[in-house]
Amino acid sequence: MSTGAVAAPDDVARPRRKRLSDRARAERRLAAMLVAPAAIVMIAVTAYPVVETLILSLQRADLRFPSANKFVGLDNYSAVLKAPVWWQDVGHTLIISVIAVSFQFVLGMLLALAMHRTLVARGLLRSIALVPYGIVAVVSAYSWDYAWGLDSGWIPKLLGLKSDPLSHPFGTYTAIIITEIWKNTPFMALLLLAGLALVSDELHEAAKVDGASAWQRFWRITVPLMKPAILVALLFRTLDEVRIFDVIYIFNQGANGTESISMLNYSTLLDRLNLGLGSAVSVLLFVLVAIIAFIFLKGFGAAAAPGGERA
Amino acid sequence: MSLRARQRSGWSAAFVLIAVCSLVPVVWIVMLSLKTPATATDGSFIPHHWTLSNYKDIFKEGIFTSALRNSIGIGLISTALAVLLASMAAYAIARLDFPGKRAILAVSLAVVMFPQISLVGPLYNLWRQIGLYDTWPGLIIPYMTFALPLSIYVLSSFFREIPWELEQAAQVDGATPFQAFRKVIAPLAMPGIVTTFIIVFMICWNDFVFAISLTSTTNAETVPAAIAQFPGASQFTQPIGDIAAAAVVVTVPVMLLVLLFQRRIVAGLTAGAVKG
Repeated sequence: MSTGAVAAPDDVARPRRKRLSDRARAERRLAAMLVAPAAIVMIAVTAYPVVETLILSLQRADLRFPSANKFVGLDNYSAVLKAPVWWQDVGHTLIISVIAVSFQFVLGMLLALAMHRTLVARGLLRSIALVPYGIVAVVSAYSWDYAWGLDSGWIPKLLGLKSDPLSHPFGTYTAIIITEIWKNTPFMALLLLAGLALVSDELHEAAKVDGASAWQRFWRITVPLMKPAILVALLFRTLDEVRIFDVIYIFNQGANGTESISMLNYSTLLDRLNLGLGSAVSVLLFVLVAIIAFIFLKGFGAAAAPGGERA
Repeated sequence: MSLRARQRSGWSAAFVLIAVCSLVPVVWIVMLSLKTPATATDGSFIPHHWTLSNYKDIFKEGIFTSALRNSIGIGLISTALAVLLASMAAYAIARLDFPGKRAILAVSLAVVMFPQISLVGPLYNLWRQIGLYDTWPGLIIPYMTFALPLSIYVLSSFFREIPWELEQAAQVDGATPFQAFRKVIAPLAMPGIVTTFIIVFMICWNDFVFAISLTSTTNAETVPAAIAQFPGASQFTQPIGDIAAAAVVVTVPVMLLVLLFQRRIVAGLTAGAVKG
């Protein structure tokens, strides 16, 4: 992704062009023309709401009482940060994210290994494994919601449950997390598969000759070489889980103590129409996402940067 | 021979396990959609009374057919626009030397990371003021925007694999850089573009957050938003059969894409991931 890596292979062809500065200028002009539309769209569509959110978050702005609008400084932020519901929702979100991503990672790694190494019906296996990824998130949420429901579902019957699992937090969390794991493990597996494809068979053969077991080869060769792919996969999935919304909305709109930050954000903005408080929640959610991304890139990035100690 | 046979049976077992885990929820929603309203809540996996009445119901109601039309139209237009703009940008990133390459990738990454729910409030407000609320463009604009980063990553990784010499040869023969792009690179880039189109279409088809926030009527409501608002027999009962049938219908195109283009989807997403 870095420009250094992109430019390197072209250097051979470059010097002849460098001297023709007209040519270089034409190239830059063409590049600007080609990149501009995408860049303008991305910046225009996101910049306006971002600025608007920042401004609104500093105001008392309630659509039900438009005449009461006024600048209130950081009051909205302190109101949100003092509210127990914010911290509870941060807790709910982190519980779901940590458990769901952990399972997605372990199962995704197993699935990626199967997709990579299987000797039986590889194409069909990959197609089937992709089904949960492709399915509409709302559909997957409904399918699992009805599967868990005491009166409609097969799961309570299978487990012999007498009370409705979706009537208390433990059952609801279990159902929501399983839905997330089912839906997103294939995407995790695809991102990991990209890393697996980079590990050469020769290294494995050489280690095998040296007497390394399959387990040792996995931890000593595959994992170190896959570190960048693992980082990307964990980062993408964690950021996505922290923003969890659809599944919770379909299940119960955050009842039984499963309200996530995005759910709180949505209900404050669009149900209660309190744009000031809602915008403060938005900004805080973005800050949380940025902090998580930063921790990943600093913490794991440093570990991944040397490119695997053994390489 | 016996080792090989043992390996094969091991992988066969893994195949069955993966297939069951992946498909049971899909089969379940199909089964649910085939139950009669009276037996929809009997909790058995396989219907006791099979019926297609749920499908007849949803296609009779305007709410679902218009939602289907909106989903297809909005999805195709958003995808086409995103892939067009992203192809241009990705070509420049993969191929040309220019300052700001890092900046465009950084902007893309920031857009990907952005919590979409945070944009919903201001967009809702703005769309209402300028008349885009509950219209096709009102959804196309955010869909296109959020599809751009992934499209740019996937496409530029494809474009890097294209043999450059052909383009230079065309330029030596007197083609302008734009002609070289249109006549030489574009045909070579087609597989990557098709792949990106499929992946982006699936993302637009899937969206729920924007659909439920920025639409309110059959004007622009897409299927995921419409399903979540299906009217039940009473305020407290969900029309399970109708929801299941609609869920199956909206799943069919995605299943077809996944089964037909598995190789492309895997190649596209893994290529984007390695470079990203």
